[in-house]
Amino acid sequence: MTESIFTEKTTCYHCGDECLSTSYIVENKSFCCLGCKSVYSILSANNLCSYYNFNDHPGLTRARTDKRFDYLDEPSVAKEFVDYTDDNLTIVTLYIPHIHCSSCIWLLEKLNKFNPGILYSRIDFLKKQLNIKYDTKQLSLKQLVELLFDIGYEPLISLQDVIKKQNRVNTQDNLVQRIAVAGFCFGNVMLLSFPEYLGLSAFEQTFKHFFGWLNIMFALPVVFYSGREYFVSAWQNLRNRVLNIDFPLALGIVVLFARTVIEILTQTGAGFADTLCGLVFFLLVGKFVQRKTYHHISFERDYRSFFPVAVQVITNNIERPVPLADLKVGQRIVLRHNEIIPADAILLKGEALIDFSFVTGESIPISKTLGEIIYAGGRQTSEAIELEVVKPVSQSYLTQLWNNEAFTRQQDNRMQTFNERVSKYFTVILLAIAFASLIFWLPTSLNRGLAAFTAVLIVACPCALALSTPFTMSAALSIFDKNFFYLKNTAVVEQMAKIDTVVFDKTGTITTATENGIMLVGALTGRQKQMIYSVCSNSNHPLSRMICRYFGKIKKLPIALYKEMPGKGITAFVDNVEVRAGSGHFMFGQHDAADATKVHFTINGEYLGHFLFKQNYRGGLQQTVDSLSTYQTFLISGDSDHEKRELLPVFKTGDRMGFNQSPQKKLDFIQLLQRLKGKVMMIGDGLNDAGALRQSDLGIAVTDNINNFSPGCDAILDGRSFNKLPAFLKFSKNTVTIIHCSFLISLAYNLIGLSYAVSGNLSPLTAAILMPLSTATIISFTTIATHFAAKRRKLL
Amino acid sequence: MSIIYFLIGCSVLLALLFLLAFFWAQRTGQNDDLYTPSVRILLDDETGPQDKK
Repeated sequence: MTESIFTEKTTCYHCGDECLSTSYIVENKSFCCLGCKSVYSILSANNLCSYYNFNDHPGLTRARTDKRFDYLDEPSVAKEFVDYTDDNLTIVTLYIPHIHCSSCIWLLEKLNKFNPGILYSRIDFLKKQLNIKYDTKQLSLKQLVELLFDIGYEPLISLQDVIKKQNRVNTQDNLVQRIAVAGFCFGNVMLLSFPEYLGLSAFEQTFKHFFGWLNIMFALPVVFYSGREYFVSAWQNLRNRVLNIDFPLALGIVVLFARTVIEILTQTGAGFADTLCGLVFFLLVGKFVQRKTYHHISFERDYRSFFPVAVQVITNNIERPVPLADLKVGQRIVLRHNEIIPADAILLKGEALIDFSFVTGESIPISKTLGEIIYAGGRQTSEAIELEVVKPVSQSYLTQLWNNEAFTRQQDNRMQTFNERVSKYFTVILLAIAFASLIFWLPTSLNRGLAAFTAVLIVACPCALALSTPFTMSAALSIFDKNFFYLKNTAVVEQMAKIDTVVFDKTGTITTATENGIMLVGALTGRQKQMIYSVCSNSNHPLSRMICRYFGKIKKLPIALYKEMPGKGITAFVDNVEVRAGSGHFMFGQHDAADATKVHFTINGEYLGHFLFKQNYRGGLQQTVDSLSTYQTFLISGDSDHEKRELLPVFKTGDRMGFNQSPQKKLDFIQLLQRLKGKVMMIGDGLNDAGALRQSDLGIAVTDNINNFSPGCDAILDGRSFNKLPAFLKFSKNTVTIIHCSFLISLAYNLIGLSYAVSGNLSPLTAAILMPLSTATIISFTTIATHFAAKRRKLL
Repeated sequence: MSIIYFLIGCSVLLALLFLLAFFWAQRTGQNDDLYTPSVRILLDDETGPQDKK
């Protein structure tokens, strides 16, 4: 079977992409590229073809590239990434972004079929991590990574190691265990307190004492193990002269415990052990709910997490991998296909076709000529090039952004949450009432005074208040999550409600990176269309692929003498007629204007027209910005202002749009808005927005694939949900209202409890009923109200 | 009625046993990944070399 024509669309057996050529066919299965075909042959050679039975097209499309993992042979580099190593065994955890279906689990856990040196491999699907143990004698880290790369699962190896950080957080924190202890004690104490509430006959009084002692035993671990953090936090805050919600909580726990112990020891009452255990248990559950983590998303990335770990340096004509930190000005480096430029450098040799989509969001690669400076962060998309480094990695045009003070200062106190503001007054009032009732009863009886004092502190313990925020926020977070909007933590919702200024980046944020608008300028006959389609379908260049997609399903003609100048253009003969397509420079030696990307084409020497590639704005941009009319909206872009006219109807006035802005200027602009008392939300996508995202009160990164790189931010928005932004903002305001309402509800409960408490007649039974009742009310109210609000905003 | 002392002792011991079992599961990382095993159990072992689609 040679070059033949597909009469209908054929999809690749491995990855499911459309096959544009028929040259890759094995055993009646067609593949889109050599990479996919070779993955299939590796799998079939190892009898692992059931891979394809679990899902259709489970593979990742793979264009063939050079091997580029040589640096893993350097022991100094490799030791950064392995968890454990000795002469016989190495344990390593790799992050593999491509893990996405059950076939992946099946294949990657069968790695020892490829190489018996691999002893153990386990996937954590949600974290997309692969844990491997292998025999150091039989296999090196480089060989392992190359094997994974060959079967289409390239691990992401970066300096900013996501994996280790994640694991550390999990082991340090034993919240789950503390909840388990509190829950265990809570259950047992309730059981033991029940007879007391139901009434014990005189004959059973000995049990009362026994149950009391058991209750104290159960309360001990709850107070000193599960509840410890409240004392620590309250103490630290007191030392810093801050009154936060942990103070009344810690006070409540202490008073509950002290009164329980005293009442049981003096045999004057049953104590409040069940209220105490319940309180700590519910509080910890609230903490647990609040801590929602997205394992597969990182909000803390900077340039290090996507720059290479090491780079090939040429010294005396010998290539050698050098860790990025040791890269010096003046060194000559080699970059191959798909590698990222680590530092500002001058192009010395080769055809540079740089894709700056990580930096600017612009998806069409840019050609560079010899001697030109290429800024760090671009990705080489054609052949190998040689460059000379002109600036150290940390001082590059892009990376020097991270030296700004915005990145060094602490971000915790950006905005005070409602809870923090309220709990200050709450604590003061609570203490005032408690002391007032103590003083009121003191002349009558000391005991009654103390009883009233402690009862106030018990009843008014702001359990419901402490729970209202976490439960509302976690419900809100899961609603955002359903709409492909991922928030770093629950505090972000409240920050969002306070926003009054919205700043957009242009490329990649309000334009889509994937579907660029393509326009045909010139008239073509059906035959001519076929010819151009046939020629372009042989090229892997993004523009050629877009042209093919533009023509859609048409018949392909056989071609001959195909020649491609990477990044410039292609020539080929169809029926002995020459077809040429490419850039202005390639076609007639004259550069196109910088503001537009064009592909010209000639057939038989006759100029027939060109394709114009324009950026497509995201669907509903106009409506989205219009419905943000209560907000100040700005546009800030690194591009030149040739699209200013098209954007004018969206942003109304020219002053609201800034063009030709450097990453530093974007940051400064946000700072200026903040100085004018604006609460600024920045919406950006590339590394060049990283400074602005960080400086803003709320930084949102827009991305079309959440597994892709996105700069450090507070929230990640999937491009598909861009037009829901106004709804998100309104919903965040509703959420804050719900928190206010639930605060009022918990206050009402507190007042009921206080009316008992100030008289000094608080029975343990009242406390035991009131506390869980208020908690249950708050939890159900916040959950129902949040869902109702989401329905109203059409987010559910 | 003194049997209650014994019964309560038993019930608390049993509950403690479960708590310790939970601790052990937590320490050994059995709750770290709650999703993958649910998929893994559905994957069959090799049915034979001719097993192709």
